[in-house]
Amino acid sequence: MEKVTVYAAMRAGGMSRRAFLQACGAIAASLALPPGSGRAIARALERTPRPSVIWLSFQECTGCTESLTRAHAPTVESLLFDMVSLDYHHTLQAAAGGAAEEARREAMAANHGRYLLIADGSLPVGHPAYSTIGGVSNLAMLQEAAAGAAAVIAMGSCAAFGGLPGATPNPTGAAPVSEVVRDRPLVTIPGCPPIPAVIVATLAHYLTFGRLPALDPLGRPKAFYGETIHDRCYRRPFYDRGLFADTFDDEGARKGWCLYKLGCKGPTTYNACATTKWNGGTSFPIQSGHGCLGCSQPDFWDGGGFYRADALPFGPLTPTATIAAAAGVAVGGAVAAANRRKRAKARAAHRPITVDDLEKGQEETP
Amino acid sequence: MSAASIAFLAWVRGPGFHIALGLFCLGLVWRLIEIYALGRDRPLAPLRRRSGASGWWTILRRSRPSAEHESMVSYLAGYTFHIGLIVTFFFFTPHIELLRRAVGLSWPSLPTALVDGLAVVTLLALGVMLASRLLDPVKRFLSVAEDYVAWGLTLAPVLTGYLCFHHLLLPYTTMLALHLASVEVLMVLMPFTKLIHFVTLFPSRWMNGEHFGRTGVAA
Ligand code: SF4
Repeated sequence: MEKVTVYAAMRAGGMSRRAFLQACGAIAASLALPPGSGRAIARALERTPRPSVIWLSFQECTGCTESLTRAHAPTVESLLFDMVSLDYHHTLQAAAGGAAEEARREAMAANHGRYLLIADGSLPVGHPAYSTIGGVSNLAMLQEAAAGAAAVIAMGSCAAFGGLPGATPNPTGAAPVSEVVRDRPLVTIPGCPPIPAVIVATLAHYLTFGRLPALDPLGRPKAFYGETIHDRCYRRPFYDRGLFADTFDDEGARKGWCLYKLGCKGPTTYNACATTKWNGGTSFPIQSGHGCLGCSQPDFWDGGGFYRADALPFGPLTPTATIAAAAGVAVGGAVAAANRRKRAKARAAHRPITVDDLEKGQEETP
Repeated sequence: MSAASIAFLAWVRGPGFHIALGLFCLGLVWRLIEIYALGRDRPLAPLRRRSGASGWWTILRRSRPSAEHESMVSYLAGYTFHIGLIVTFFFFTPHIELLRRAVGLSWPSLPTALVDGLAVVTLLALGVMLASRLLDPVKRFLSVAEDYVAWGLTLAPVLTGYLCFHHLLLPYTTMLALHLASVEVLMVLMPFTKLIHFVTLFPSRWMNGEHFGRTGVAA
């Protein structure tokens, strides 16, 4: 691991001490750590050498990287690249081809057991040939890199859950990182793309405390994925009062009413967009007038349509109802016919009893 | 929230809902055809009033409280939970969205707080209904297992819906999935239990009334 500390790298990147302390405070707050933790984080980052990071990209769109690199200094987001020694990232590094792969192997060997492995994109386990880098399948590369990693970060919804490549009918057999890496500490940071500040805070937590933050059952940091967008949405009072935008340009939309009817997936989406927001806290989708797509939830792409209200059933209902009703006519008709036959038989078998019959019966009984 | 609960939610929103809707439609059409095809014997006595009058009158008369037959408790609680069910089902925004998708009709929703309050009242009324069924020896004697099943089937969607809306007990997605699942179970069993009264209630009262209109019973 190189000797430069995180703090030294940040200062070298042009960050003032004041900005550094503020950033540490912001990170502590975003992780919901107790007051004073900002100082602890600052002290740790002053001492901790920058960790080596190997960043592997599989079946992805480079949106996760784009999102991180478009963060403007001096926001918390921009700290990521100061915090780590990015030893391999095939989109960002200067080296290419065989030289790049060589650099990756060297960094992995030099920091074996200590480097952080970040992966974005899903793995084509259906057939490894769907995605290869330098002739090495994604699957083999991940297995090799994970073996020497101190911890693995599955970055973005593809790495976390399979993502768009995994959308029905999932032609490549796309699988999340968690299906391949089972014996390393793993944190998933889903989102399409994930919130840069969440990545930074997760890393800062790891560097400060030497372990990953508290995770939920899906491996997501609880501090950021503990509540739904809907829980923290500033349009929530409108939802509660039953005031909804029906189209994107009606009165309700102009007045900033709730976007539920326009397909907002906020009620079932766990993420920090409503509080952390994007682009240095500027805004988030709902604030700009569009419902949440639920991009940090598993299988959000198969969720029945972005503009269909949350929790509604998938697929067209009319064919199901029509076929079932037709079957109902058939079954009902058959049962009715059977009932009629039974009745006709009972009528046919019916023997009228006369008074004589009854008296005869009485005589017979002793 | 776990991956299993998300998969469960996807199932109840997808295949589960389609299966439930299919069985509901199938069962409903089947039962209605079957009931209709049972037929009635051709009436021999003439109607004493204008056609239909006795039917409508019976619908009305049997919907009023009757001092001799029913306790005020079950009358009040019965009406309360039925009205509560109808209002919470038809006037809560997500439900209206569902109906809009299913049948293409929509109408304004009521404020969520009002629907929320009504859900509580409905739950309480259902509790009273159960208590009165258990405490009243006659009702208890007359009750069969299906009555308790019907009670549970009715309670479950309201209870899970309420817990889901308030994010109580279980994570929202899990509770939402349970809510949808409880509605699906209800949809499947409705046509095949006495809950089919949601369609047969008034037609059968009308038929009875018309029958009375011929038999000389004062109706
Ligand atoms: S806009 Fe979306 S997240 Fe916000 S209150 Fe409405 S449904 Fe909830």
